[in-house]
Amino acid sequence: MTSVPAPGTPPAPVRQSRQQLVELLKAKTSEGAQELLARHETSIKELRAELGGVLRLPEGVALDSGDFNYEAPDDETMILNLGPNHPSTHGVLRVMAEIRGEQVLRTKPVVGYLHTGMEKTGEELMYHQGSTNVTRMDYLSPFFNETAYCLSVECLAGIEVPPRATWIRMLMCELNRIASHLLWLATNGADLGALNMMVYGWRDRELLLAFFEKVTGLRMNHNYVRPGGVAADLPDGWRDDVAAICDTVERRMDEYDRLLTGQPVFQERMDGVGALDAATAVSLGLSGPLLRSTGVAYDVRRDFPYLAYDEVDFDVMVGTNGDCWDRFAIRMAEIRESVKIVRQVAKAMPRGDYRAQDKKATPPPRNRIDESMEALILHFKLFTEGPRPPAGDAYVPTESPRGELGCYIVSDGSSRPYRLHMRTPSFANLQALAPMARGGFIPDLIACISSIDPVLGDVDR
Amino acid sequence: MSEAGEPLGGEQAQEPQGGDPALLHGCPVTEDRGHRTVHTDVERYLALMEALYQDGFEACMSVAGVDYLTHPGRSLPEGVQAERFEVVVELLSFSRKQRLRVRCQVPAANPELPSLFDLWPGSEAHEREAYDMFGIRFSDHPDLTRILMPEDWEGYPLRKDYVTARVPVQFKETPKP
Repeated sequence: MTSVPAPGTPPAPVRQSRQQLVELLKAKTSEGAQELLARHETSIKELRAELGGVLRLPEGVALDSGDFNYEAPDDETMILNLGPNHPSTHGVLRVMAEIRGEQVLRTKPVVGYLHTGMEKTGEELMYHQGSTNVTRMDYLSPFFNETAYCLSVECLAGIEVPPRATWIRMLMCELNRIASHLLWLATNGADLGALNMMVYGWRDRELLLAFFEKVTGLRMNHNYVRPGGVAADLPDGWRDDVAAICDTVERRMDEYDRLLTGQPVFQERMDGVGALDAATAVSLGLSGPLLRSTGVAYDVRRDFPYLAYDEVDFDVMVGTNGDCWDRFAIRMAEIRESVKIVRQVAKAMPRGDYRAQDKKATPPPRNRIDESMEALILHFKLFTEGPRPPAGDAYVPTESPRGELGCYIVSDGSSRPYRLHMRTPSFANLQALAPMARGGFIPDLIACISSIDPVLGDVDR
Repeated sequence: MSEAGEPLGGEQAQEPQGGDPALLHGCPVTEDRGHRTVHTDVERYLALMEALYQDGFEACMSVAGVDYLTHPGRSLPEGVQAERFEVVVELLSFSRKQRLRVRCQVPAANPELPSLFDLWPGSEAHEREAYDMFGIRFSDHPDLTRILMPEDWEGYPLRKDYVTARVPVQFKETPKP
């Protein structure tokens, strides 16, 4: 008697060949041409970029495949996939590398896993709602996103911001730079095996986040900087908090110098690793510590002063070798510079209003709404219709901890941006990975990714 | 910016005469809210960029697309024909501390213009993004594939005629409508 399966039992699984399984897996996970492909499937130009060659070729020189000294025939290499879920990728960065043994030959970052269409969302939100959107892009430096966006809106609408608001923005931005660099020290330590630094970095960042919470109500994604000023004045006793933060951070930086800078194992992992030259860095449009490590002294705060950076005294840190060690040293020094700026800002903080009293952009004060019908109507109109800057376009660059963060807004005269584009530093800086990683070992690739300091929210938006 | 001296390419820039806009390498220049902008079209684009590269704009900081389909009207200088798409390039000169914006008109019928990869390799990722979001093709680009959206995505999300509500979440293996 043949056995008949009882009703309700699942059918026997269809046996699939290994080849079928591979094909199925590929169809489910592959991003096709976005990935690093085998050499014979890649165009010569792309191959050159993946090998790290970016400089302009002399006139009349054409590439052919024989120009690449590969050191290895095609069948001795393999393509290694790293990420998108890997602790060293700081989020959902996927890096594909062609390796021979331990040595990295070609690299290509594959991004987009955190893309949430924030530029599209930005077109749907009114100008005064926009900060709450952009603050989530680079989630480690929210004040910079908000500031870039608001400066751009103010440039479009021609809003004059009172000095106190400008200086509050500067204070928060510099504290944010400290927090962001401290977190970088922490994750960089974790990537390179200095796990004690990871704990210390997170601990110290918490000091700053506690202050942000006191000022804005939130630890992250503050929506504090608004077109026309800031959302609220600084709380009572902020000077003491800021002074305590500055003293603590400065003291701890000396400790970290002893812990990391003087440690030979840590230095060995970064010294000479991922070196870039200035010409490559400039041609790739890099910015921030990555560009400054190659010796190009470009800092938006000094070269195109915004807010009131021309009224404070600070130094622009530059390196000479363009390697991971230089980038580490620059970020360490930038924390100290930011402390210097914060001290000056706390000392010179002007009195006055924390937002412009511009009837077209900022709501009337709270107590006026209780007394005056007109103020209530104005408040209602502003929040239902939003401010309407005249038609035009504006691009305002700022210096975020990762580099040049610019906000390009096209206005059509309505209350929503017609087009909102964020020029984000991580997105551009990630292009430096191929030249940095070429010829190094896989652990050096990790050090390179770490020293670029990509924030994937900033890359993918 | 003002202390950095003469604007780059100042020798080519002519003074406005009788209402004509100033020209830079044969392309009209406007000044709005403190930013200098050069307007161009697909034919003159590459020659203009070559000339600006020679002028000393070492870095290309950003390439972004804009779709002007539903825009009520923008002010463009004379000699520039408004088209549906625009590619906006932000150039930067470190040595002269100057910025320049280039706005290139790209027709909807054939949204294609030359890639800047050979001049500024850093434009590579930005051009891929503009392709991904607007479907503007960059000829001679080394790797013109989608960068932020999945490879098999249909449509160009930042175009103004892109219907956002049609497929709520388009993952792989989602049954096509």
